Amino acid sequence: METILFLAHTEADGTLPKVALEALGAAQELAASIAGSPLVVGLFGGEVKLAADAIAECGAQQILAVAGAEYAQSRYSTDAAAVEMLCRASKATIVIAPATSRCARVISGVSHRINGRVDTHVNSITVTNDTPAATRWFYRQRMVADLERTQRPWLMLIDSGCHAAYEGAPGMANVENVQIVLGEVHKRTNVTGIQAPKSDEQTIRPDADLLFVAGAGWTKKQKDGQAHPKEAETHILGFLKLTQASLGSSKSLVDLSGEGQDVLQFMSHLNQVGQTGSTPRHAKGLSTCCHGEEPHVVGWRFINERRAINLDANCGWARGKADVVYVADAFEVLTKLNALLAEKKLVTA
Amino acid sequence: MSTPFQIVVCGGIVPDPLQTLEPISGPAGPSLKNEMMLPAVLDPWAGHALYEAANLAKAVPGSKVYLVSLGPKAKLQQVMMTVAQKVAFELVAVDGPASGFTDAHEAAMALAEAIKTIPGLDKSKLLIFGGWESASRGAGATLQIIGEMLGVTDQFQGVDRIQVREDDSFEILERIEGGRHQVSTCAGAPAVLGWATGYLAEPRNDPQVGMANMRTIMPALQKAKAAKVGAEGLKFAKVELPKQQRQTRIVKDMAADEIAKEIAEWIGKN
Repeated sequence: METILFLAHTEADGTLPKVALEALGAAQELAASIAGSPLVVGLFGGEVKLAADAIAECGAQQILAVAGAEYAQSRYSTDAAAVEMLCRASKATIVIAPATSRCARVISGVSHRINGRVDTHVNSITVTNDTPAATRWFYRQRMVADLERTQRPWLMLIDSGCHAAYEGAPGMANVENVQIVLGEVHKRTNVTGIQAPKSDEQTIRPDADLLFVAGAGWTKKQKDGQAHPKEAETHILGFLKLTQASLGSSKSLVDLSGEGQDVLQFMSHLNQVGQTGSTPRHAKGLSTCCHGEEPHVVGWRFINERRAINLDANCGWARGKADVVYVADAFEVLTKLNALLAEKKLVTA
Repeated sequence: MSTPFQIVVCGGIVPDPLQTLEPISGPAGPSLKNEMMLPAVLDPWAGHALYEAANLAKAVPGSKVYLVSLGPKAKLQQVMMTVAQKVAFELVAVDGPASGFTDAHEAAMALAEAIKTIPGLDKSKLLIFGGWESASRGAGATLQIIGEMLGVTDQFQGVDRIQVREDDSFEILERIEGGRHQVSTCAGAPAVLGWATGYLAEPRNDPQVGMANMRTIMPALQKAKAAKVGAEGLKFAKVELPKQQRQTRIVKDMAADEIAKEIAEWIGKN
């Protein structure tokens, strides 16, 4: 028997992020798979009532909360205190939390405070003979492992897009508030704001269906012997506007931008996918001017359908990594593609 | 800004990203086939942390950078020959496995103990830097635990920038979802910063810096203490390479507008 704590923070509007509902789905399933295991919910944030009501029917034996203005900020000291108290109050042996940046920042530190062990980036949890096992990737998505732990509490952070989200009807939750006394030591850090690109420059969209990856080929000399970075920008931004795709980049391309070269002005290290970048999850991916060596493939590990446009027929994508490789000039294809998509959009409108 | 920092960078070594990796199972758990033969590099995120540390130390006179690294001595020596040429630092080496299959808590314990042995360490000046994740375990766990072990409870992850102010407080940019940054101010050291990529380019090799560093690196390697770092309580039921192999359709000699049409249809499909 295990006591399973679903742990999550609320957003500024008091709701739960989508990935939290996915983690709740995993926690619910885990509780049901191990005989006699109660599910407890632990929420923290500025306001938690709305979120608690939204998941009131999830079958939790208890809904615990740490709430108040001090917890509205995503700050290590106060978040770690809240998570620690929720873990202790619930007497959890297994803690399931979503892989938001806020939870990821504190979960490992808290695991030490409560003498537990932690696994992050968990993709799935299975149960055999009442023993849970987690699946996660090692060496930057280059090998996958199933692992079990004897230590408890065991804290797990579930990656987004790995489990169906909880979809129960809302209800009236009975929330038990857990009190914490905060001292000055908790308030040495203050969150002063969020820096976001202007809405028309927003290129990273984690919830998009499509990931568009641009490689360094966009900045190289073209058929006429000249580089056309401005034209490349127009093509790429045009495509993103028409499809609302998320933009990824190879390391070589963002490094060029970082060195101050006049390349793609909107591209930054935040866009980078692969070995030292993100490994996003999208239903589809379109790679352009990007070769397919191992570090790039790592960035595409969790993209379901993959297509690529590349002038090199022997590109790494041709070796069983993409579904389709178009041997063609990306400048030419994107010109036609954007025109087609714009036409379709006009017709739909 | 008057107070100099003691910046401790925790940085492991990982197999060169271009190497093909293959897992094998042994009595001590999984490891990499021919692990000692694989060329190693400084973990890329730890590298960013090291360069940011050196940059900050240059901006705040009197500051010092330590690189605390856990890995097999022979491999550490090999990697340090390159890393030493980048920026000035003092190495604190811990002789132990660099495997991604060891547990983050045990690695953190070994690193925290090594940090405590640094002579004259002043917590009020301490900044603990490292990569927010690694290219081996990739958990984003070790730094947080080190911070907790050393009693440092102002922590930041996915950091892209630190700006120190006149009053020794600093402003930090941390990556959050959707390509955004959270901006925070912290009253000052001590703090833990897990770095993303930052904004600095990789420094060029400087043989003079390399020679100066190597004078302290070799003795540090010689006196590196062995640490028992494993994965107690952790059982790997299976470790394997992803099997998914795609039946790739290579499309040659198709006109650009035909390709565009096909891609547009593909994008439009649910």
